[in-house]
Amino acid sequence: MVLPLLIVLVNALKSPAEYSANGPLSLPDGLYLDGLKDFWTRVDFGNTLLNSVLISGSVAVFGVILSVLNAYAIGIGRIKGKAYFLAFFVLANVLPQEALVYPLYYLSKEVGLYDTRLSLIIVFSVVQAAFGTYLLSSVLGAFPREIIEAARIDGANSWQILWRMVVPVSRPTLGVLLVFFFIWTWNEFLLPLVMLPSNDNQTVSVALGVLQGQRLMDATMTNAAGLLGALPAIVFFLLFQRTLTRGIAVGAVK
Amino acid sequence: MSARPLRLRNPYALYLIPGVIAFLAVVIVPFAMNIYFSLTHWQGVGSPTWAGLENYQELMKDSRFWESFRHSVAMVLAMAVIPTAVGLVVAAALFDFIGKHFGSRLAGVLRACFYLPQVLPITVAGIVWSWILAPENGSLNELLKAVGLGSLQQDWLGDPKFALYSVMAVMVWVQLGFPVVIFMAGLQRVDPSLHEAAELDGTNWWQRFWHVTLPQIRPEIHVVMLWCTIAALKVFGAVYVLTKGGPADATIVPSYFSFSTFFEKTDVGYGSAIATVLTLIILALTTVGLRFQSRSEDAR
Repeated sequence: MVLPLLIVLVNALKSPAEYSANGPLSLPDGLYLDGLKDFWTRVDFGNTLLNSVLISGSVAVFGVILSVLNAYAIGIGRIKGKAYFLAFFVLANVLPQEALVYPLYYLSKEVGLYDTRLSLIIVFSVVQAAFGTYLLSSVLGAFPREIIEAARIDGANSWQILWRMVVPVSRPTLGVLLVFFFIWTWNEFLLPLVMLPSNDNQTVSVALGVLQGQRLMDATMTNAAGLLGALPAIVFFLLFQRTLTRGIAVGAVK
Repeated sequence: MSARPLRLRNPYALYLIPGVIAFLAVVIVPFAMNIYFSLTHWQGVGSPTWAGLENYQELMKDSRFWESFRHSVAMVLAMAVIPTAVGLVVAAALFDFIGKHFGSRLAGVLRACFYLPQVLPITVAGIVWSWILAPENGSLNELLKAVGLGSLQQDWLGDPKFALYSVMAVMVWVQLGFPVVIFMAGLQRVDPSLHEAAELDGTNWWQRFWHVTLPQIRPEIHVVMLWCTIAALKVFGAVYVLTKGGPADATIVPSYFSFSTFFEKTDVGYGSAIATVLTLIILALTTVGLRFQSRSEDAR
């Protein structure tokens, strides 16, 4: 499974001359880093990375806040018609983005948010919160009622109960959601492709996809792109491996 | 008397206000607009003209539309059916064999290797694979030559005969980690004494896999099949990066078809109709899938 990535690593370190002489299957003679450097400057990769971090990070935070508020009302507040609200959020999660993409493109132009990172932050916070609401509602539904009743008797209002009890106790699940929202948003392609046409605003995923679509790259640069595009994902993966594997199991079986 | 409505009002309902407003603005209103657009002829500029169901009638006669859905079936095979089947065997092998004989650490590392493609941006997977599958100097063709099978070299993504199968193979690679991780988590839930009892009865590994493991993790299998099928129907990025639906529509899928109708042909009405049909299919499948799942869980 990791073999394709290893071949990319090996070839990202070869010079074009060496690549054309020995082909993709040989080991590199030495370290050739110019391909990586060329690619970095050509797509302004530093700026692209920053866009991805900014968008994914904001979405993770706002998405979790929105999920917590929704799930608090549904899971703990047990508001009237909660099954319908839950179904509403699940549906929003299942809808294909194809059915939203043109109206969102159109609306973002109307309100002057087209080609801004803010437009994507808003859209993805909501899209991710659909899943977060669904998952957190069932977690909070099982929250021990006695604790909440006790706090209420002590005079805490619902806002205090949310921030002083519910949020701290459900911190592990919120952590899982943060990581997921961050990585999912990082990897999103269709909406960023449509909503962020200018190079200055593009995310890593889109910048690579557009380059690949234009097929302007030689083999060395292709491998540099593959390697640099994969690296952040691999770093998150190593950092959050435990959270991720535990999280998808929790998310799936709920 | 007048205090009664106040007491009935649930203070927690206030917490739904931001969520409901945001969902209306980002999901519900745009979705309603999409349905409206699908009932018009519109190029994206000027004002839409009412068309009723004309776009849908045209769709039913459009061979590209049907072809894109045939390819969806291929994607369900590549992204749901094959990964589930292979994932079951891999997860059971990692859990029963590697985990028991070589330690759970090695099993964990191998599981991580299977999962890695899932966290890569799909565009990275696309870049990597379109280079591996390239006709000139591509790693796969070079490898075939190196082992003396040069006659099997192909233009994997550029030949209409092979393009769909190549995309399917890439999607299996991308998707396999998801079932593996979920099934391994499910296996941890299975009571080991069931396996031990079956082992004492003299069953072999396949019999235990089939009669003990599989029935125990049925809820996980349903979940994986459902989510992977939905993902397969929505597949876009991989097709955009690998083939752009070509060559000669050999890999066109509904989401790419609607995307290109929106933004290349600027036929918004028709694109919206494609997106609406895709949505209906996904919603129907999800509803059936969830109902099926809850019924089978009740039966346990």
